[in-house]
Amino acid sequence: MHPLKDKACIVGVGETPYTRGTDRSQLSQILHATMAALDDAGLKPHDIDGMVLPMPMPTAEHLAANLGIPDLRYTASSNIGGAAPVAAVQTAALAVAMGIARHVLIPVGWNAYSGAGVRGAGRGGPVGLPPSFGLTMSEYYMPYGLAVPAQWFAWLATRYVEQYKVPLEGPAAVALAARKHAHLNEKAFMRNRPLTMDDYRNARMVAQPFRLFDCCLETDGACAVIISSAERARDLKQPPIYISGAAEGHPLPADDIPGRKDFFKIGLYFAAPKAFEMAEVTVNDLDFVQIYDCFTHIVLLELEALGVCKPGEAGQFVQHGRIELGGELPFNTHGGLLSEAHVAGVNHIAEATRQLRHQCAERQVKDAALGVVTGFGDFGDGSLIVLRR
Amino acid sequence: METTAKYKRLLPPMRGLARDFYSWCKKHELRFQKCSACGTWRHVPREMCPQCGSFDYQWAKSSGRGQVFSWATTTQPMLPHFADDVPYATVIVELDEGVRMATWVVDIPPDQLRIGLPVEVIFDDVTEDVTLPKFRVRRPA
Ligand SMILES: [Zn+2]
Repeated sequence: MHPLKDKACIVGVGETPYTRGTDRSQLSQILHATMAALDDAGLKPHDIDGMVLPMPMPTAEHLAANLGIPDLRYTASSNIGGAAPVAAVQTAALAVAMGIARHVLIPVGWNAYSGAGVRGAGRGGPVGLPPSFGLTMSEYYMPYGLAVPAQWFAWLATRYVEQYKVPLEGPAAVALAARKHAHLNEKAFMRNRPLTMDDYRNARMVAQPFRLFDCCLETDGACAVIISSAERARDLKQPPIYISGAAEGHPLPADDIPGRKDFFKIGLYFAAPKAFEMAEVTVNDLDFVQIYDCFTHIVLLELEALGVCKPGEAGQFVQHGRIELGGELPFNTHGGLLSEAHVAGVNHIAEATRQLRHQCAERQVKDAALGVVTGFGDFGDGSLIVLRR
Repeated sequence: METTAKYKRLLPPMRGLARDFYSWCKKHELRFQKCSACGTWRHVPREMCPQCGSFDYQWAKSSGRGQVFSWATTTQPMLPHFADDVPYATVIVELDEGVRMATWVVDIPPDQLRIGLPVEVIFDDVTEDVTLPKFRVRRPA
């Protein structure tokens, strides 16, 4: 058996309201989400002695100084964009399982709607390109007008749609399922904002083949999760949610999209088998998936990388309600980045945790016992965790 | 050709291996790194051969011929520098040598791009200092 399997748990999750418009700084948002996660876990700020940070700002020092943490003994960072929060769970699990830290905080927050993006392309163009791929982009892509995720993932999506003749109904089904689920989630920014197939089809093109509703939201807010060892988790307020499997993976090469021999082998393709093997489960055992949904076509590629369906078949699979609540494999039961909020997928971890605790009321997946959360970021880095109650 | 001050779009930073790559372009030669040990072509430029680990390479001359592999069509301005160009496609071309690069195909609109479309390199002296390799559709002679 894998030495890390079920040795660490998610013990607390919390978030701020998800809005467009806020008076709070990014740091304040993160601190509010952290306090909500601590309250959920039945812990106090001084109980936190580790942090794994998926975004460069604010730093662990900023956070610890505000929270009044007396003994911060472990900090690490994960710099793989949207794949970082889920990868951070693996790092945090290692730290608590080995006794390096007792309770590790993983927070993400930003005012992505109101303020400048913390990463890359905010309003008005790129600010501070990430070191992981900024060099390639500035030297070889930006002279040809390509600098934001909607453009560089359009390279993947264009070839994918052309090669496999993916029907419009595929990505549409992803967008519509996410919105349907958001209506059942009082935290979702898009709750009670209907989306029809006609709305989807008629929306403006952002970067072909991405229409407006293929793209994730820009929202203000924060979300945080807390990881503890399995022993400690059993004494806390909530039922422990076990981290049974975890892995990260990277496309080859990770810093250049055109140069990939296997164009559709995203990081998740390499990570998924490792996490399933560690958890000793298969994709067929899953009760739900929370998929990093920066773009609908990327969700299709991730479903294929997970092994839910064969290459090129996800566009068919996702139709006919298969990924909706009540369907074969419910996806993003909170609405995801497409319809709940964009906090880099920490909200996906929070939702998976609440589903496995059976706290999701009208959007609860019946008898949910096993689920997966994926991360996807930068130029296609990937991560996943397999969680069980 | 425009002066650097008047050129509205973005220019590549001329440093390190990028300076080497674009310096060949300025001479109207498309060259890529080719490993001296195992002969593997590569782009984007790198210090080592990811295939065999050798630090030795030459800047080998490309045929300049290839085909369209994929593209991203920008339909709303993403960068102020390219606002006047919308809609435009940032195309991935696969050269006959096997390497792929981001570029523009200059003589057809984005909606006429197809996977496998044969193209050949041209050189656009966009400023007095910088030449960008671009492509045009290759038609039977
Ligand atoms: Zn070599």
